[in-house]
Amino acid sequence: MTARPAAAGRKAVAGIPAGLGRAQLLELYYFMRLTRSLEERLANLYRQGKVIGGLFRSLGQEADSVGSAFALDRSAGDMLSPLIRNLGSLLVMGALPVDVLRQYMAKATSPTRGRELNVHFGDLERGFIGQISHLGDMLPVMAGITLTFQLRGERRVGLVYVGDGAMSTGAFHEGMNLAAVRRLPLVVVAENNGYSYSTTLERQTAVPQLVLKARAYGVRGERADGNDVLAVYDVTRRAVDRARAGEGVTLIELVTYRRKGHAEHDDQHYVPKDELARWERNDPIDRFVRQLTDSGWADAGELEAADARVAGELDAAVQAAQGEPLPEPASALEGVYVEPPRQAAPWQREVTRG
Amino acid sequence: MAEVTYLEALRQGLREEMRRDERVFILGEDVGRYGGAFKVTEGFFEEFGEARVIDTPISEAAIVGAAAGAAHLGMRPVAEMQFIDFISCAYDMLTNYVATARYRANLACPLVVRGPCGGYVRGGPFHSQNPEAAFLHTPGLKIVCPATARDAKGLIKAAIRDDDPVLYFEHKYLYRRIKEQLPEDGDLVTPIGRARLALEGTDLSIITYSAMVWKALEAAQVLEKEDGLHAEVLDLRTLLPMDDAAILETVKKTNRVMIVHEDTRTGGVAGEIAARINESAFEWLDAPVLRVTAADTPLPYAPTLEDFVLPQTADIVSVARKLAAY
Ligand SMILES: Cc1ncc(C[n+]2csc(CCOP(=O)(O)OP(=O)(O)O)c2C)c(N)n1
Ligand SMILES: [Mg+2]
Repeated sequence: MTARPAAAGRKAVAGIPAGLGRAQLLELYYFMRLTRSLEERLANLYRQGKVIGGLFRSLGQEADSVGSAFALDRSAGDMLSPLIRNLGSLLVMGALPVDVLRQYMAKATSPTRGRELNVHFGDLERGFIGQISHLGDMLPVMAGITLTFQLRGERRVGLVYVGDGAMSTGAFHEGMNLAAVRRLPLVVVAENNGYSYSTTLERQTAVPQLVLKARAYGVRGERADGNDVLAVYDVTRRAVDRARAGEGVTLIELVTYRRKGHAEHDDQHYVPKDELARWERNDPIDRFVRQLTDSGWADAGELEAADARVAGELDAAVQAAQGEPLPEPASALEGVYVEPPRQAAPWQREVTRG
Repeated sequence: MAEVTYLEALRQGLREEMRRDERVFILGEDVGRYGGAFKVTEGFFEEFGEARVIDTPISEAAIVGAAAGAAHLGMRPVAEMQFIDFISCAYDMLTNYVATARYRANLACPLVVRGPCGGYVRGGPFHSQNPEAAFLHTPGLKIVCPATARDAKGLIKAAIRDDDPVLYFEHKYLYRRIKEQLPEDGDLVTPIGRARLALEGTDLSIITYSAMVWKALEAAQVLEKEDGLHAEVLDLRTLLPMDDAAILETVKKTNRVMIVHEDTRTGGVAGEIAARINESAFEWLDAPVLRVTAADTPLPYAPTLEDFVLPQTADIVSVARKLAAY
């Protein structure tokens, strides 16, 4: 539980930044809390052996995912593609916690019917495309999504996340360059969380700030405090508005920190203890709570109500997902093609099991 | 003698080569201080220093390309792919640049690219792949796939000493599950291009490699107990160049052959082996050459699906029965 200052009483409502209203501030809070709590539930399930594969946490990075995705206009048909630590962005786009649980537990009811893991799933209706593991690959894909917006004259915007490590891939470079040259309506969110697996930023890139790469591509660069959800929202919102107005790509560096190991199995022994402690004190949810209550934008009761809503929704989701079955084995063969091709040589199961 | 895992055997082989030859160096993601995602290079950074155990950015094409450049000048680079699935990002470098270097430019390219392959670990479609068939088709490369701890060690040493580029596919399911007594001193090198008879038999031959060797041996036990059939199991160890002599020998001995691999069926290594048998030993066959492979799908994540798609011991047993009864 987050320690919260005592209720601020009848303080005057100071001007809320970034053109947001009180209801939206509460939504931002809700999504950050939902992200963190859902991952905590997943960690419990992981320890019980109910998560089949690995578990990747975004502890301390919730503001970055939530604030940036919140800047998109879902009703306009904006789309994003997440990375492994962008669970929050999926929730903002309307992904259901129960579907995330189903994915991790490989349930038949999961969006990928047990074929893919964790947050590797998409939903075109809700406006997100699932990533694959190969880092950087989603950049060219989102270039194609936004190229299509442009070709069709649609005023829609795309957003793609890329880690400080993923930026070293060839696919990132090629996709970025294509998007820049075509002035596509794409916002590229570069998450500088200090690490790619065990590798620190200095060993990943020779530039001290990721935003410096923007110049090389000829796109606008911005840098913001990734643990300040309002700053994240504001910088992304301006980039989204520019993209929608035809002004092309923005590369946004969000400075944040990976507070857990690469995945749940990684004890992050390579991380200096004082560094961790420093970032724990810079927790994005704690910071936002202080901001909300100190400024009188929300009171403790409203935040508690949001927490209760999150807890209730997750109780129901965990309960629902746990009881569901794994996929039927033979369903594995379906859907490789629209029409299954005729096989010259049948598979052994077809020969020996009729 | 000491009992070592497949993983430890690989580590020993690497370490011995680095001690033996100062031209050998390692490069890859998180291989240095961290010791690699699977800890294959644990302790290397401390022993050999930063200059010989190099942490790279996440750039597989650059890792392989840089290895090639170093190899041209007489170094012996060993490049790690964190998971072998990411070798696809270096496909251009390997197939266009590395594989052709000697032929087109008379450039030496003695490098090794190694990494964890294979499924049965609930890794989903991008942490379970077996990419050997994609490279079998490329003249100029060599491909090795150890199944035992002894060969994990012997083949990495041979790969590093080889004057051509070698892809070394280590199976992550075997890392800590397979153990073997290995001599503590002496130079344990497994010659590249030489298969190994894992089990002698007379009734039928199972030609296989990598983790499937163990499933084939399991199946052979079942066949012996339940059917009185004596299966021979040939562990290829090297896929490129293939040990045609060993394949022919087992064909001529049992006259009934099946090929087992974990990779998907269409365009898989089994097709090549079957064609070779067909071309050079057709008259020795009493039955068609049969295959046990994964189904032609991406590899799914859910245990029920993964187990269905991947070859299981029961598949080998039932295809072997069909083969024996033909
Ligand atoms: C092409 C490719 N190479 C290697 C990997 C293995 N890998 C998975 S995540 C990761 C580190 C990613 O770091 P970063 O992009 O900074 O994202 P973060 O984990 O910090 O969110 C690595 C090396 C991969 N997924 N894809
Ligand atoms: Mg990172």
